[in-house]
Amino acid sequence: MDQFTLNLIVVGITFAIYIGIAIWARAGSTAEFYAAGQGVPPVMNGMATGADWMSAASFISMAGIIALAPAGGYEQSAYLMGWTGGYVLLALLLAPYLRKFGKFTVPEFIGDRFYSGGARLVAVICLIVISVTYVIGQMRGVGVTFSRFLEVSTDTGLYIGGALVFIYAVLGGMKGITYTQVAQYVVLIIAYTVPAVFISLQLTGSFLPQLGLIGSYAPGGGEVSMLAKLDSVVTELGFKAYTSDSPNMFNMFLFTMSLMIGTAGLPHVIIRFFTVPKVADARSSAGWALVFIALLYTVAPAVGSMARLNLTTTFWPGAVQGTALSAPALSIAEIDSNPNLSWIRTWEKTKLLEMSDKNGDGLIQYFNEPKVVADAGKAVAAAKKALTEAMTAKGIAVEGVDLTSPAAVTVNGAADADLTALQTALNDANAAFTASLSEAKLGDKTLAELGFKGNELTKVDNDIMVLANPEIAALPGWVIALVAAGALAAALSTAAGLLLAISSAISHDLIKGSINPNLSEKAELMWARVAMTGAIIVATYLGLNPPGFAAQVVALAFGLAAATIFPTLMMGIFSKRINKEGAIMGMLAGLIFTAVYIFLYKGWFFIPGTNWLPDTADQYVFGISPLSIGTVGAVVNFVVAYVVSMATKAPPQHVQDLIESIRVPKGAGKAQAH
Amino acid sequence: MADKSSANAYWAANVRIILISLAVWFACSFGLGILLRPALKGIMVGGADLGFWMAQNGSIYVFIALIFVYARMMAKVDRDHGVEE
Repeated sequence: MDQFTLNLIVVGITFAIYIGIAIWARAGSTAEFYAAGQGVPPVMNGMATGADWMSAASFISMAGIIALAPAGGYEQSAYLMGWTGGYVLLALLLAPYLRKFGKFTVPEFIGDRFYSGGARLVAVICLIVISVTYVIGQMRGVGVTFSRFLEVSTDTGLYIGGALVFIYAVLGGMKGITYTQVAQYVVLIIAYTVPAVFISLQLTGSFLPQLGLIGSYAPGGGEVSMLAKLDSVVTELGFKAYTSDSPNMFNMFLFTMSLMIGTAGLPHVIIRFFTVPKVADARSSAGWALVFIALLYTVAPAVGSMARLNLTTTFWPGAVQGTALSAPALSIAEIDSNPNLSWIRTWEKTKLLEMSDKNGDGLIQYFNEPKVVADAGKAVAAAKKALTEAMTAKGIAVEGVDLTSPAAVTVNGAADADLTALQTALNDANAAFTASLSEAKLGDKTLAELGFKGNELTKVDNDIMVLANPEIAALPGWVIALVAAGALAAALSTAAGLLLAISSAISHDLIKGSINPNLSEKAELMWARVAMTGAIIVATYLGLNPPGFAAQVVALAFGLAAATIFPTLMMGIFSKRINKEGAIMGMLAGLIFTAVYIFLYKGWFFIPGTNWLPDTADQYVFGISPLSIGTVGAVVNFVVAYVVSMATKAPPQHVQDLIESIRVPKGAGKAQAH
Repeated sequence: MADKSSANAYWAANVRIILISLAVWFACSFGLGILLRPALKGIMVGGADLGFWMAQNGSIYVFIALIFVYARMMAKVDRDHGVEE
C-alpha cells in the first residue's frame, strides 16, 4: 500500500470518529451548547482543554522554533514555560471563581461584575479580535496539512476542514466540541510522541524523550551528553551554541510573562472551565489540562534538539564520531541512492528544504554563513539582477550568456555604456565576494581554504523538525499517516474551540445581552448555531485569503489578552474596590498602550511600511520587543484601574455581594441561563 | 455562607495559599529558569545545566505539582470552613 492511500485511510478513520461523536453528543439546550451542560468530568475536560490549547503551531512548528532559533534553543524556552505556566495562574486566580459565577462567557462576567454594558462590550471586542486572529492560523494549518499529506490543494483542504468543523460544532456546540477534542487529543499525542520515542532511542538509547534530552549521545559512543554534542557540532559550523544564554534576559523574562498571562487571559481557554460540574473540579481540571499539555510540551524540546542534531550529522557524517569538518559533507549522489535519505528529496519538493551546490563539488555543505559572506552574496545577486534587467530592456537575450563576457553588453555591435557600467559593478561585487571568502573563517580555516562558496542547505523550514521526523527515523508508513492525522487534529480542535468562543460572544453577549434580552432559550440556541455558521464561513474565508499580516497579529492577540482580559478578571475577583470606571479605563489603557507599541514597530494596523520605527532589537524601548509588551500593558491596566477606582465611587452593594459569593465554592450548582 | 467573619477567614486562608504557590511558580520558572541560570551553571541535571533544564522541562513538572497541591489544600480549607459543595 502506498503512503498516500495509508494517509487517506488513517485520516478518514479519525474523521469518521469525530463525526460519530458529533452525532452522539448533539446539544439540546443553551447550557449544553455553551458549556456542555456543566457535566464534563475534570480529567476529560483536561484532555479536551489540552487539544483545544495545542494548536497547529504547537504541534507542527514549536519544536522547530526551538531547534532552529538563531540565538540558540535556550532562549525559546519562553514558549515552553509561558504556554504552560499560564495554567497555574488560571487554576489559582481565575478558574474556580469564574466557575462559581456560573454563567457562560467571559464578557458576561465582566459585564455583571462591573455592572456595565459598556464594560461587557469592550470585553466582547477584545474577545473577537483575539479569537479571530487565532482562528486564521488554525484554518491555514488545516489547509497546509491537507496539501502536504493528501495531495489536494490548500484551498480544497480548507473547505474539507471547514465542513467537518461545521458538522460537529454547529450540531454539538461545546458538548460536541469537547468530546471530539478528547478523541483529537488522543490522536495528536500518539502522533507526536511515537516518532519522538524512536528518535530518542536512536540518539540517546533512552525510551523517554524527556530523559533523552539530558542523556548522552549514543552513536558517538556515549561519552558526551546529547546537548554537549549538539553545542560542539553547531558551534563548529558557525552557529550559536544551542544552550547559550539569552542575549537579552530582561526581554526573555517579559516575553515569558506575557505568554503566561496571555494564556490565562485567552477567552477560549477560560470558557473550558465553565464546563465542569463543581468549583473544586475547576481547580483540578486545570491540573489535568496541564498534565496532558505537558506530555507534548516536555517532549517538544527533546524533539527539537534531537532533530537538529540528526539533521546536522546527516549533512556532516563525520560529526557522528568526531568533528563535522573531519570528513566530507553529504554528497548529492548519496542523497539520491540511499533509501534512508529519500526524505530529503521528498521535503525538497514541498520547499521546506532547499539545497544549492554553490561550489559545484557534488557535496552539500551546511553551515552558518558569516555575515560578511552573506552580505557580499546578496550584493552579487543584486548586481546580477540589475544587469539582466537592463539587458532584457535593451533586447539582449539573457539565457546562456556569460554575464561577465563582452557579448553581454554589446548592443548593435558596440559596447553599451550603461550595460558596461552595470557589468563593472557586477565584476566588483564578484571580486568582493571572493575576497570575503578569504576573510571569513569557519573554525581556524577560511572559507576559501575549505573550498566553500556559502551555505548550501539554503532553507530549513521550522516545520520540518516535526513533519519529517518519522521519515528521518525511518519509521513505518502508518506513523507518517498518524502525524498527518495528528496535525489535522491539533488544528481542527483549536479552531473549533475558538469558533465556539466567538459564536457564544455574539449570540449570548451581543444578541441576548444587548439587543434582545427577552430571547427564549430555543431562539437563543438557534442564534448560537447561526453565529457558529457565520463564524465558520468568516474563518474559512480568512483562511483562503489570509491578510498579509496574519503571523504578526498573533503577537497582538497575546498582548491584548495579557493587557485587557487577564488583569480585569483578576481585579474583578480579588478586589471589591475596583469599580466600573476603573475597569473600563484600565482595559482601554491596556488595549491602546499595547496596540500602539506593537503598531509602532509592525506598522499601523499592520499595514506594511507604516511603522514609525524599524522592527529591530536596537530600536526597542529598554530592549522590550513588541512580542513582550503585553506584560507592561497589564501593569498599565492594573495601575490605571486602581487610580481611577480610588478617585470614583465604590461599587454598589449587590456587586459587593456578588464578589462575596464567587469567592466561596458552596452553592455553585448548575449554571443559570440568566 | 453562614457569617461574615468565617467568610473572611476562609478568604484569607485562600489568599495565603495562593501567595505561597505563586512564590513557587515564580521561583522555578523566572528564578531558576531565567534570572539565576548564569549563576547556577555548575549544577547539572544529567547532560543539561539546572537553569536550562528548569526552563525546558523542570518548571513544567513543578507547575503540575503546584496545581494539584493547591487543589488538595483548598479542598481541605473548603471543608474546614464548611463551604465545600
